[in-house]
Amino acid sequence: MPIAEELAKKQRQISIAEFFERNKQILGFDNLTKAMITSVKEAVDNALDACEEAGILPDIIVKIEEEGENEYKISIEDNGPGIVKSQIPHVFARLLYGSRFHSLKQSRGQQGIGISAVVLYAQLTTGKPITVISKIGSGFPAHKYKLLIDTKRNMPNIVSEEILHWDKKSGTLVEFHIKGKYVKNRKQSVYGYLRSTAIVNPHAFIKLIEPDGNEIIFERISDKLPKQPREIKPHPNGIELGTLLKMLKETKAKRLSSFLSKEFSSISSQKAKEILKIAGVDGNLPPYEVSVEKAKKIIDAFKKIKFIAPPTDCLSPIGKNLIKRGLRKETMQLSPEFISTDMRSPSVFSGIPFLVETGIVYGGNLPRDSKVEILRFANKVPLLYQEGNCVITEAIKNIDWRRYGLEQKGGRGVPYGPAIILVHVASVNVPFLSESKEAIAHIEEIEHEIRLSLQQCARKMRIHLSKKAKKAKAKDKFLLITKILPAIAEKVSSIVGKPKPSLDEIITQIMNIVWIEDAIEEDNGSVKSIINITNYRKTRHSFNLFAEIPGKEFLENISPEPERIEENYIMWHVDINPKEKKSFVFRLKKESELDENNLYIDGLNPVYVIGAEKWEGE
Amino acid sequence: MMDALNELKKIAEKIYEDLANARVPSIQLPSRTKSNIKFDERYRVWKYGSQKITRAANTLAGAYMLLRTVYTLDFIRQMIEQRKTSTLRELYYISEGWGEAKFHSQDESDKLAEDLEILTRRLREDLKLRPEEDGARVIGDIVIEEVTRKGEKRRIHCQDDVGDSGYSIPYNVEKEKIKFIETNADKVIAIETGGMFDRLVENEFDEKSNAILVHLKGQPARSTRRFIKRLNEELNLPVIVFTDGDPWSYRIFASIAYGAIKTAHISEYLATPSAQFLGVTPSDILSYDLPSDALTKEDIDALNSELSDPRFHDEFWINEIKLQLEIKKKAEQQALAKYGLDYVTDVYLPEKLAEMGYEM
Repeated sequence: MPIAEELAKKQRQISIAEFFERNKQILGFDNLTKAMITSVKEAVDNALDACEEAGILPDIIVKIEEEGENEYKISIEDNGPGIVKSQIPHVFARLLYGSRFHSLKQSRGQQGIGISAVVLYAQLTTGKPITVISKIGSGFPAHKYKLLIDTKRNMPNIVSEEILHWDKKSGTLVEFHIKGKYVKNRKQSVYGYLRSTAIVNPHAFIKLIEPDGNEIIFERISDKLPKQPREIKPHPNGIELGTLLKMLKETKAKRLSSFLSKEFSSISSQKAKEILKIAGVDGNLPPYEVSVEKAKKIIDAFKKIKFIAPPTDCLSPIGKNLIKRGLRKETMQLSPEFISTDMRSPSVFSGIPFLVETGIVYGGNLPRDSKVEILRFANKVPLLYQEGNCVITEAIKNIDWRRYGLEQKGGRGVPYGPAIILVHVASVNVPFLSESKEAIAHIEEIEHEIRLSLQQCARKMRIHLSKKAKKAKAKDKFLLITKILPAIAEKVSSIVGKPKPSLDEIITQIMNIVWIEDAIEEDNGSVKSIINITNYRKTRHSFNLFAEIPGKEFLENISPEPERIEENYIMWHVDINPKEKKSFVFRLKKESELDENNLYIDGLNPVYVIGAEKWEGE
Repeated sequence: MMDALNELKKIAEKIYEDLANARVPSIQLPSRTKSNIKFDERYRVWKYGSQKITRAANTLAGAYMLLRTVYTLDFIRQMIEQRKTSTLRELYYISEGWGEAKFHSQDESDKLAEDLEILTRRLREDLKLRPEEDGARVIGDIVIEEVTRKGEKRRIHCQDDVGDSGYSIPYNVEKEKIKFIETNADKVIAIETGGMFDRLVENEFDEKSNAILVHLKGQPARSTRRFIKRLNEELNLPVIVFTDGDPWSYRIFASIAYGAIKTAHISEYLATPSAQFLGVTPSDILSYDLPSDALTKEDIDALNSELSDPRFHDEFWINEIKLQLEIKKKAEQQALAKYGLDYVTDVYLPEKLAEMGYEM
């Protein structure tokens, strides 16, 4: 049963305050540190949702001040659309106000209990009301409320209200006093939560002012707002009896047949007839008259029929380029050597659309001997607790990371090595393991998608690492032929008193490869990729060189003229004589996020090549 | 000396010819591992077998090795021409000025010196290289004639003419440097630790047992091993080795009796095949109930490695090593002090020597 229904039931029997006290854990207030994070998180999630819905690039300021032993004042200010005056008391000072049941939409608000729980927590721990200032646009006044919750009636208790001038186009500021604990230097902290939030919300500007006055700014790195997620209706697969009964009661449809085709996705009137026929229920029945017995038959019928998948364009992913930029920005001080990201196409479990995005950061100053850091997200909200129980962690544990260059005991478990693994699951209804919404349940389809996506990133990491190893080897050879061998020749010649012999032929023998070196430079606002090929073999070679590109649309120019340009690669034909050196250059727009070349060759045995892999086809 | 010089030049010429004929330059050396030591029936010592390794300039490591080789042989060539010598440590420091050919540790330069000995079939001394450490100490009834640095011949009686620390073995112990004039001793006892050597000296065991006592100072230097070998060969004195009872001490014995793996190219020159091991044996730990320490993981690994070492393939060693692995204990020579300071000279050594057939 959904938490809301449970809550609603219990509200009749016990006071809200009592209920809160008993269910602190579920609500995310079970200890002082967590209470602090939850409070900030609820307010920031709201701010981000509101800004996105209104098409505003979010500017959010989080300020935390210490007021006494384990007592803090927290204020969160946004530049969102604001809240109309009459709604302010209800939004903040009524538990469960405005929860939606039958429409499904990817939103942050799915997580957590809502801002009113924070207000209640504040009230229970410090007794102080929440202050809300909100303004809905220029030309409107700002309204300031001080609110408490009347815990007996679950209604707002307005302590004071006033109108004031706020020098801001629109936005909302909330300020509350809670018992809590501010910690630093760990993942489970306000900073950790905001850093993770910044990674997956590259369009947001977030400023954090810590209790000691330290200011941390998470810059905006994208001016593009994410696509608005679309609301969809429930899909007949995976619907529960309780939900169906509630929908039957609340629908405006007059007859059961039109209820089915209007309130669900993927049910045409033709399908509705088929369902009713299998269920043996009369389609002319008014929905409110459908008995539990009949509703059960309908659910059974749902299970016997094949439905088309629900629409999946309702999801709003972050996108692999933006995740990469987010990761790069937030790991800059660690100067990682490699970042790879991936986005899967939408998929479905139990009639619910979802989508998985992942990223891997490798190397630099990341710790080499400890477990990799896992960053989990559901609908762009960081999940900080219960890592061990989450399907994301499970999927990571079930991959044999040794194949991809990380250490892992026995090929199972969280791998060790200098890496960060990011996984984002977006869904109109994220299946959380429990009501505390800190871990995603073990849904096979979700695990499968996470695995495929991570393997895609991991493959790129492996290629990167093997390329690095090969390059180190090539560097050794280069040192050998340019320095060591000539030094040997010079010394022995002087010992035996004879002229220094020519080394050209030995060098070709020792190298015996076609050497491909590449570099990427930022140049006048674009990315320039330079590929140099030197033939250290005795024979002339003729082969094709392929350079991967993130997309044709990013291309600015190429030289020399390539043989072919496809969506994801450029192909040159290369003719090269012994000892000859040739250069190939292309420029991409900066947004292409190209940070590493992937080069392939065709028509030349790869054992004679350093710097490119064998072309395996498209 | 022209001889060594020629050998060195041959190596340089080989490398030069390789380069001039467009061949990747390389040199071949015997593989210096325990799988490549063979028992030499003629000298009754362990020497390198026929496994060879090739160091070629087609890898960076091989090229560095060749570069260092040519620099080092050029350096030795100059020393021979200028009649100078240098210590192994000086060789290491000299390489500071060799650019890419510089050694990164003294271990590298020491190994290369051994390589050159093998390649030229000459001793380190012929290559003008000498070790840091002096040889160890000797006390006993023997008269040695040493040519001093001023070229004078001086006779030294190793009991009467020396202090309690004894006669110090020079790095060069060849005939041009020292000669054995006369001795009344009937055996040589080589002792691993300084503490035990001093104990035997203080208890006048050299006189009581009519032995020449030689202090090994741990793993004995080449000069010490060569000195012992000469005592054995020229004066016909049996050699008895007395060490701690642990796997590392057995290796000390093996290097005296059979030759060390590192110097197997000159085993016939350094090893004393008739040397006998007196103790402390694992059996002694039990029969004398000696204070002991538990074997460490490294000790156990070393014992197991000795079981697969051909030098230890005889009944005595296999039994003792297996016994030690079973009791998992090791003991020091000085553990004998459990029964008093005189116990080692009054009881332990006389009993052990009697067992081995020596009369006191």
